Amino acid sequence: MDAIILQILNGLDKGSAYALIALGLTLIFGTLGVVNFAHGALFMIGAFCAVTLSRILTLSHTIIDETQKDFLGNPLKVEVPYVHDMFGQATGDAIIDWAVPLSVLFAIPIMILVGVVMERGLIKHFYKRPHADQILVTFGLAIVLQEVIKYFYGANPIPTPAPAAFKGSLDFGAMLGFDPNLIIYPYWRIIYFGFAAVIIGGVFAFLQFTTFGMVVRAGMADRETVGLLGINIDKRFTIMFGIAAAVAGLAGVMYTPINSPNYHMGMDFLVLSFVVVVVGGMGSLPGAVLAGFLLGVLESFASMREVIDIIPGINQIIIYLVAIIILLTRPRGLMGRKGVMED
Amino acid sequence: MFNLNKKDLSLLIIVAVLTLFAPFILNPFPAGSAMAQFNAGYPDLMQRFVIFGIFAIGFNILFGLTGYLSFGHAAFLGVGSYAAVWMFKLLSMNVIPAILLAVIVSGLFSLLIGFVSLRRSGIYFSILTLAFAQMMFALAYSVLTPITGGETGLQLALNDPRILGVSQTAEGNIPVPGLFGLEMRDSADLVIGGWVFTFNVGYYFCALVLLASFYLAIRIFRSPFGMMLRAVKSNQQRMNYTGLNTRPYTLAAFVISGMYAGLAGGLMASMDPLAGAERMQWTASGEVVLMTILGGAGTLIGPVLGAGFIKYFENIFSKINDNVLHSWFSFLPDGLEDAVVFIIHPFIGKGWHLTLGILFMLVVIFLPGGLVEGGQRIRSWLKNRKTKDNGSASHETNPAE
Amino acid sequence: MSILEVKNVGKRFGGLQALSEVNLSVKENSVHAIIGPNGAGKSTLLNCLVGKLIPDTGSVMFDGQSVLGRAPYEINQMGISRVFQTPEIFGDLTVLENMMIPCFAKRDGAFELNALSAVLSQKDILEKAEHMLEEMNMADKRHMHAAAMSRGDKRRLEIGMCLSQEPRLLLLDEPTAGMARADTNNTIDLLKQISDERDITIAIIEHDMHVVFSLANRITVLAQGTPLVEDDPQNIRGNPKVREAYLGESA
Repeated sequence: MDAIILQILNGLDKGSAYALIALGLTLIFGTLGVVNFAHGALFMIGAFCAVTLSRILTLSHTIIDETQKDFLGNPLKVEVPYVHDMFGQATGDAIIDWAVPLSVLFAIPIMILVGVVMERGLIKHFYKRPHADQILVTFGLAIVLQEVIKYFYGANPIPTPAPAAFKGSLDFGAMLGFDPNLIIYPYWRIIYFGFAAVIIGGVFAFLQFTTFGMVVRAGMADRETVGLLGINIDKRFTIMFGIAAAVAGLAGVMYTPINSPNYHMGMDFLVLSFVVVVVGGMGSLPGAVLAGFLLGVLESFASMREVIDIIPGINQIIIYLVAIIILLTRPRGLMGRKGVMED
Repeated sequence: MFNLNKKDLSLLIIVAVLTLFAPFILNPFPAGSAMAQFNAGYPDLMQRFVIFGIFAIGFNILFGLTGYLSFGHAAFLGVGSYAAVWMFKLLSMNVIPAILLAVIVSGLFSLLIGFVSLRRSGIYFSILTLAFAQMMFALAYSVLTPITGGETGLQLALNDPRILGVSQTAEGNIPVPGLFGLEMRDSADLVIGGWVFTFNVGYYFCALVLLASFYLAIRIFRSPFGMMLRAVKSNQQRMNYTGLNTRPYTLAAFVISGMYAGLAGGLMASMDPLAGAERMQWTASGEVVLMTILGGAGTLIGPVLGAGFIKYFENIFSKINDNVLHSWFSFLPDGLEDAVVFIIHPFIGKGWHLTLGILFMLVVIFLPGGLVEGGQRIRSWLKNRKTKDNGSASHETNPAE
Repeated sequence: MSILEVKNVGKRFGGLQALSEVNLSVKENSVHAIIGPNGAGKSTLLNCLVGKLIPDTGSVMFDGQSVLGRAPYEINQMGISRVFQTPEIFGDLTVLENMMIPCFAKRDGAFELNALSAVLSQKDILEKAEHMLEEMNMADKRHMHAAAMSRGDKRRLEIGMCLSQEPRLLLLDEPTAGMARADTNNTIDLLKQISDERDITIAIIEHDMHVVFSLANRITVLAQGTPLVEDDPQNIRGNPKVREAYLGESA
């Protein structure tokens, strides 16, 4: 029992990332009808927003501290971050410590901008082209984006820690009456899951309760009719793309303490997220979220010692295996609607 | 001749001439000259040209004709490589049985994967093939290590049985792949003035296989089967209501292209007897898609051009470094020189992938028909300009009369 | 002697009973029209005949054999060809190639791995396709891309493709929908000629009464998923039930 709970918990954070990326993919696919292979790159860019902000915050200048001597007896040179000058040492340190959560604010405008530029500059021209062309051009874009990041940030993963306050773990087992230290769960993962839940809830609420969201939902159901109503779909598409980019980016920002970001993390997640979308049902938002968590947890279960002992390597392929089975038995996915890409 | 029409025959002859004289054509600059770095006539690279050419020709039979975009074709290439290396380990260092097994094994794999994946079409098909390939990659990398060599890859060893050959040579080395005594790595150099031309057994073996593959592809394109595949791409509904079962047609195309990939993989292992899982990764699958699109999907010559183009520039771009750039732009004023080098720097050397990605986007955006379409556009533009000139000329003379 | 026997066919989509107790008998070498107001179930019925839909109840027999549960291509190979409402042709292929494909399907069956012989060496197929193009008056367009033709020409090509399979039953789904009057009349003439000159049965679903009464020698009226009446054209004209079904539409 404790092992099961632990695996479910372990699956939740990866599942959250899958769900967030898949949600954005589905939004884009459902509204714009575009298969976006560059969506993983948006996740990656989000993660590097966090890296960038933490670098900006630690930008320093050198001062000479006469009160301290180095081992040669000269006055010690000390690197002082500019934030210390601005906010004082204690506040400055706290700001640096909180770089990742602060990056959320930093990343939102950047990601929306990136999304809007991408849609206006490129994707827009591919609405009427075949899906194969959309896949290919966004695939090319994904390569470009990841290479650009590699150029500026190098090929190695860059550790980006969570604030010190969240470094520890929660003894979840003890709370449920199990033995202590049986089910421990890092605080940051709890935060990540909660964060994902808030974002997902926010997107759904936005779609459910705003006029804008209603038009988007109508557009997902029947694009042509909505276009005929004289509603400016184009502009809404652009905004939608910006939102989807922001969702993917924020998923990336918050994921950095869990896995140090590297330039190819987007591709790694993209392939899996696509599989998630297909399993959930192309064009179904609840399907994407459900499948994201489901596959995340499933993957975590497949990584259990006991399971691997029975079927070696199952943890590596479980998601693909499930996708293949689902596609063959339920071509519309778990919650797909009729008529969406059924050709 | 060869049962081809004039146009196809001349195409085949062009490819034959290009491949057979490649050691000359690709080495236009004297050895040791400043431009020698743009020579591509060394065996290793030339082998890659033709092997990827074969891979792309096969991929084009599926994608170019039927429109089914497979994102997992590299898996068949990888399987072919493994099969060939196993043949070297167990049977002998002769490349023929190794390549045969590579083709057969990849054919079986593509039959299985195609049978399942082709139950869906469009993007679902792409994702299914991608999922299969990633699955195979993951397995080859981890659990199947006894068969695939895992992370280090599958290599030959001194104690391999090689029942029809020798485990090790008289000198105690691992024997090298060959064809009835002819070693694949053997080369002969021809020195003419400052030029050095290298003729490599392995390259010519690959080139002959490429010609055979290309010839076969022409035959398939011009056959009733090829026409049916184009009909599948054009209108499946009409196919079905014309009494044609599309599934065996697409499956046959899938298996044929999978076998081409296996052939390429087998050749790759024959040139350099090792196989690694990274050959199966989806980026490798993306590369063959790119070659085909860049050259011109659905055209005969396109994939060969695309493969050559990408492999050539991959090689050249990877070699250029800042020093080379500085020497090129040394005629510019210092500040400007630095600026130019600074701008170009991200795209060269390790930045080749960036250039590749940009190229990929540009082709899909502006030239969906690839290089072949580009060539046609230029030709028709020249033609138009010519007729226009003639037209305006005659127009001018008219009033005078 | 009837070539197509539809007995008791019913089909339900969720809460909608699209077809119920449809009985229909198409006589060999007749031109049988199936008419009815919008939503009468004409298209559903047609889809049940060609294998796109499987009815919930009843049977569909073609020439003594059941077509139910067979794939569209199998039903086509039995001798039923279908013409679509919007012409379905191979747009990326040339007109001649379009015509050759059904000839191959007729000669070689549903699948033939004929990958090494050249298309151009298939003299019998070429001849047959060329002949058919001439018959359809489109030999001059043989090297054109099919997608580049006018709608009327596409329709002619599609009919020609179906005929080159020498089907025993030709099903047409509103073949003149969206056509100009001149094109419509051309199509009527073409179909008349086909039915006069060939040993073929034609079943036609149509909205346009002008087309129906110019062509059909037997008419079934479908209303709300079930046949109202089946009779000769002259009797259909005066039938009050039919008038009622078409109330508001010109009968």
